[in-house]
Amino acid sequence: MIIAVASGKGGTGKTTVATNLAMCLASKGQKVQLLDCDVEEPNCHLFLRLSFDTSETISLPVPEVDRNRCTGCGQCGDICQFSAIVCIKDAVLTFPELCHGCGGCSLVCPEGAISEVPREIGIIEKGCANGVHFVHGILKIGEAMSPPLIRQVKKEISLKGTSIIDAPPGTSCPVIEAVKGSDICILVTEPTPFGLNDLVLAIDMVRALGLPHGVVINRADVGDRKVVDYCHQEEIPIVMEIPDDRRIAEGYSRGQLILDSVPEYEEKFGALFENIVALTPSVEVKE
Amino acid sequence: MKELVVISGKGGTGKTSIVGSFAALVERKVLADCDVDAADLHLLLEPRVKHREDFRSSKSAVIDPGRCVQCDKCREVCRYEAISENYVVDKIACEGCGVCVHFCPEEAIKLQENVSGQWFLSDTRFGPLVHAKLGIAEENSGKLVAVVRQNAKLLAEKEGLDLVLVDGAPGIGCPVISSIAGATAVLVVTEPTLSGLHDMKRVVDLAAHFHIPALVCVNKFDLNPELTGQVEDFCRGRKLKLMGRIPYDTVVTKAMVQGKTVVEYSSGLVAKEIEKLWRHISYELAGG
Repeated sequence: MIIAVASGKGGTGKTTVATNLAMCLASKGQKVQLLDCDVEEPNCHLFLRLSFDTSETISLPVPEVDRNRCTGCGQCGDICQFSAIVCIKDAVLTFPELCHGCGGCSLVCPEGAISEVPREIGIIEKGCANGVHFVHGILKIGEAMSPPLIRQVKKEISLKGTSIIDAPPGTSCPVIEAVKGSDICILVTEPTPFGLNDLVLAIDMVRALGLPHGVVINRADVGDRKVVDYCHQEEIPIVMEIPDDRRIAEGYSRGQLILDSVPEYEEKFGALFENIVALTPSVEVKE
Repeated sequence: MKELVVISGKGGTGKTSIVGSFAALVERKVLADCDVDAADLHLLLEPRVKHREDFRSSKSAVIDPGRCVQCDKCREVCRYEAISENYVVDKIACEGCGVCVHFCPEEAIKLQENVSGQWFLSDTRFGPLVHAKLGIAEENSGKLVAVVRQNAKLLAEKEGLDLVLVDGAPGIGCPVISSIAGATAVLVVTEPTLSGLHDMKRVVDLAAHFHIPALVCVNKFDLNPELTGQVEDFCRGRKLKLMGRIPYDTVVTKAMVQGKTVVEYSSGLVAKEIEKLWRHISYELAGG
């Protein structure tokens, strides 16, 4: 089963839910994998005592033009929708950071003058922490395109056991790349006007993708009742509520799991998993 | 004209609450909300929309089933697995690269321009606001950010205003790069947590990558004084100017629930620290 943890608003507790759920399942002896797909700002590793086994560079294919073969016909520039290759008079210029790696230019070149070379966009690291198999992507600083790196992280998904995806905040392309294909998307929010506004956007997104979903309300006793009212009105299941607790906030600041700062949460994250299973009746968890 | 962009790396550190308060404190400016896929500033500022425009940027392929002979060429050349076995394009997976359009022997595929959002020019009780809404599951947030910034600058020029104050997005990717490129300075709002520190380092590196001076403010600094110390040590090590520290107080959430900025809602310690923060920033923006 693949569980994505997302939110419209940042800082609502995605990483907290993803890491604690993963550790809770692992401590029960379940096969569990955690994939940090917030490649711009990955944080899961700060909460796990990890040892990394591998590190791999991830690249996008970008065009390289053989000037000797190029006749300056301009077909490459015509097919490129992203202005990543342009032909001015008979000189071809490439802008690798704009390239989406579609391969159109090399396919269309009648002279076979365009080959593809890798451009590094980030790295993927893999490791293990107390029974949790862990993968994350780290986007290179200054790199705008995170979806291809997220796609690579998700290629590591094992179809056995439970895979938990920590998604980036927001509702645009990196989030969609992270959550699509999952069996359920858990949206973490807080009961404030900002939390509600961004939850509504995130709900629209998961509905557009046709994903089963549930809501976790974090710091459930701050703010107002409007998030709860909205969920009831829209018949969206609230799968967990985490009250505002100084012990949790202080533990979080030091990189501590809730399971460690307030041990009775072991049971609550177990209940969260049961709620998730109940919402995905057709999904079989393969051992 | 100066342009200050408020960013954070990590989400939820308090960018929008701080920008909202600056909106109330600062005269002669244009506000811009560049967190286009989860915009919240309007919840504090109650904009009255004066002008709205569709944002057309993304394209996606459409197959005409009447012309398609199911030769499979399009599926062969598509690198995004965006065309199904029965030759329907998945709009969400499609990057709009047009390779399938070019190679379809039957000319059965077209690229269609999508309305992928809207942007607005509004009035608020604190002056003009340029903001936007990205469509659900749409891409090109970076281009929409560029449109918002450009219109905010044009408006500031036209009205003879001195400052564009930008609320940025979390992260370090496309929309953030688009919101800081060419700005006068960024204000990085962080919090004293390991995640806050980790994410701040990456966003500070991003600002340095684009040669934008970074100013720093530690929000909720009293939640973990030791980590606040680490944030401040990092700033000293990198020669980043610390602009202020704001204590943790539930008054921030209470003001938000009332749809008010903190400085309007309260005259307590948080409001005083935000005022002080702005004084330090305006001194820096004026050339230190």
